[in-house]
Amino acid sequence: MRDVAVLGVGQTRFGELWDRSFREIGIEAGLQALVDAKLSSAQLGGLYLGNMASGSLLDQEQIAPLILDYAGLARRHLPAVRVEGGGASGALALHAGYLAVASGLYDYVVVGGAEKLTDVPDATANQITSATADHEWEVVFGATLPALWALIARRHMHLYGTTREQLASVAVQAHAMGAKNPNAHYRNKLTLEQVVGAGPVAEPLGVFDCAPLSDGAAAVVLGPLETARQHTDTPIRIAASQVACDTMAVQHRTDLTSLASTQEAGRRAFAQARRAPADVQVAEIHDAYTISALLSLEDLGFVEKGQAGPAFAAGEFGPGGRVTVNPSGGLKAQGRPFGAVGVAQVVELVRQLRGEAKDRQVAGAKFALAQDVGGTGATSVVTLLERAN
Amino acid sequence: MSVARFWRETPRRYNLGGSKCTTCGTVYFPPRSVCPECTSHRQSIEKMVPFQLSGDGEVLSYTVVHDAAEGFEMQVPYVVALVQTVEGPVLTGQVVNIEPDGVRIGLKVRATFRKLREEGKAGVIHYGYKFAPAEDPPVRPPAGRPAGVPVSEAPARDRAPA
Amino acid sequence: MEAGIVSYGAYVPRYRITPTEIGRVWGADGEGMGQGLNVHRKSVPAPDEDTITISTEALRTALVRGAIDPQQIGALYVGSESHPYAVKPTATVVAQAVGATPNLTAADFEFACKAGTAAIQTCLGLVGAGMIRYGVAIGTDTSQGAPGDALEYSASAGGAAFVVGRERVICRVLRTLSYTTDTPDFWRREGQKYPSHGGRFTGEPAYFRHVTECARRTMEASGTSPKDYRHVVFHQPNGKFPQRVGKQLGFSDDQMRYGLVTPYIGNTYSGAALIGLANVLDHAGPGERILMVGYGSGAGSDAFDLETTDELGRYDASFGRPVQEYLDQGVEISYAVYAKFRGKIHMGEA
Repeated sequence: MRDVAVLGVGQTRFGELWDRSFREIGIEAGLQALVDAKLSSAQLGGLYLGNMASGSLLDQEQIAPLILDYAGLARRHLPAVRVEGGGASGALALHAGYLAVASGLYDYVVVGGAEKLTDVPDATANQITSATADHEWEVVFGATLPALWALIARRHMHLYGTTREQLASVAVQAHAMGAKNPNAHYRNKLTLEQVVGAGPVAEPLGVFDCAPLSDGAAAVVLGPLETARQHTDTPIRIAASQVACDTMAVQHRTDLTSLASTQEAGRRAFAQARRAPADVQVAEIHDAYTISALLSLEDLGFVEKGQAGPAFAAGEFGPGGRVTVNPSGGLKAQGRPFGAVGVAQVVELVRQLRGEAKDRQVAGAKFALAQDVGGTGATSVVTLLERAN
Repeated sequence: MSVARFWRETPRRYNLGGSKCTTCGTVYFPPRSVCPECTSHRQSIEKMVPFQLSGDGEVLSYTVVHDAAEGFEMQVPYVVALVQTVEGPVLTGQVVNIEPDGVRIGLKVRATFRKLREEGKAGVIHYGYKFAPAEDPPVRPPAGRPAGVPVSEAPARDRAPA
Repeated sequence: MEAGIVSYGAYVPRYRITPTEIGRVWGADGEGMGQGLNVHRKSVPAPDEDTITISTEALRTALVRGAIDPQQIGALYVGSESHPYAVKPTATVVAQAVGATPNLTAADFEFACKAGTAAIQTCLGLVGAGMIRYGVAIGTDTSQGAPGDALEYSASAGGAAFVVGRERVICRVLRTLSYTTDTPDFWRREGQKYPSHGGRFTGEPAYFRHVTECARRTMEASGTSPKDYRHVVFHQPNGKFPQRVGKQLGFSDDQMRYGLVTPYIGNTYSGAALIGLANVLDHAGPGERILMVGYGSGAGSDAFDLETTDELGRYDASFGRPVQEYLDQGVEISYAVYAKFRGKIHMGEA
């Protein structure tokens, strides 16, 4: 296995992109990444595309060759593979691309993630995204994705005394960060009172505890670290890429308030990188719901189980805290185009490690973590990134 | 959803038919063909037997859903809970026959039989388990006369029977 | 031992609406209507309840109380005029839901409000002939009157299940007798959502004639008179008709005390007389004689001359709720919620 580096990044604006098609946003992000990596398409070995539900959302399957085609590469007959893992599809595609380059089979690959959620009515989009839970034994009985996270939240509050305000503090911080991100779906700030007082979705979670349905795409170019300097002055090494899975349904978890897949993916990733959570300065984590952010911080080892609520509310995961979480605004504010999320997390962290994150730059960022979750935690992907010397 | 897809699960959805590993004794719902608890999965292959759940349990966690799943719009706000059954498995299901603000962690519940959803006006109707308080909580007495007291004849105003 | 009732269970949905609330919406004197009908509140099913779920709940209660193995049920009939499907039986879903399939015969009965009593008669025949061990007869409805129609003040939801067998009989069936004619007092045409009725024609030539004739002929055949019965149960489309017919036949308020449930839950149609009988059995001791007379529009009456046995003293009815709780309790809802629950609000096409 050889070392793999991120050589270029690209991302569209996230949000309600009414005037733009799935093809357009997919190609925009990919071409940005190719240009950023100063890579000729002739050098390209393949494309990995993370996408959750193009069939249900767009009546279109085989979207990897479709994007390849509209990127003008069909006549080169490159391999193009779609990767699906619910909301973790993007990070899973990154894992596939990482393996392809690390193995030596391909030298350069583009990893993209794209989702278009606004081409169907909201109710339909919610139904489709709920399919990342266990349809037969959760959704059929009236559960939705936010309802399942609400069940976890209520249990966490019951066991650890986590408060409604502590949950809300996650959303407040996310919007404060998103306000500085020109690509973010939401750039408005929120107050604690607004989050707590918002209409309920699935109690105790309200409208502002839940990430929006967004359109968007992101892409990165991966290549061998040994030739990275030909493409960039600041190659970012993938120090670890690990995937772990768990039961589909929340009801089958031995611990209802832990994401075992995140614990395991994190543990494996830190072992692969021979590093520890304390080494991380900046992280992009799964804050699709305020509760999912708290669980993720606990299960990644940034804080003890049950303690993420008070720690977050105390600002320990904000600017100047022990680790700065979701400088992009996260899924909550930057937006949640499901299959694009995992790739966009890496785009943000690469910008942070390069020192190109402008007014949301985390000072001294050298080692970063991305965590992407599918459904309620059936899939977790943890990626560790570091600035190569 | 196709008719067959729901129909083949009716023994589980109607009657809480689970499975039990004869090697380690763990009970599963829905039934599994391989036991996750057994250290070597192959130990449990062909050793899982049907096991009937009683439907009794208690609420581990619950949420009041306001943004309904498709087909549940008429029931908003409705309660979805994780129910710890006495036999071991945890089930996801609605809690009915109680006002949402009456549900608590630890509430004893019992499986009941309700309509889950309809495939439109002309389609098939899906039924299955939900949960109801094992002991019905007191509800405020409805208006009108108390029950069980003979009612004397009121002025004749006969109306249509059925 | 001859075929008789070996177990029973009743179920009534928890929501209630008052005639006053219904009248408020239609600009009618709802309170007066309620008094005239002797209906003080009626039950309303939740949006996830129908004849199938109510029947299942009632039967599950009966099976637990009687400790009856569902696999020993040889016949299951559900009498209703509000079967959820026009084609596809209610009975098969109920049979599957209680674990009685596949070795049984099952069918849906329809005879307006007396389909449940007709089902009991059929079960008595099959059990009595030795063809099956247990027969299940259920009477359940979730009927609706057209909005604003007089029927809307009484049409409610509920049901009861009776298991007929020869072993551990808690209530003997000494005689059953029917009286049937072609009388168009009440009907619902295929495809129509709400029933139609003959107004005052539903009274004398229909309900009163059939119930009275059937009761008289039964007592004549049995050599009994009203004083021989501890309890009497009539079909009860409202709280008034059964009181009047009881008085005409010579029964007292006290004899009707437990059999009259419609004033508190409304007219449960196919469930009405059967829930009344369930309430009587909830309160009765061994050796009490009961006359039950069902009625179904169209028209016909089924009478049952019944007597509780010593076995009733050993019968454990603690599982499920006694009928009295359904009469006493309930959650009152507004007409708006009622209209939503009953699908009276046009939701547009999906």
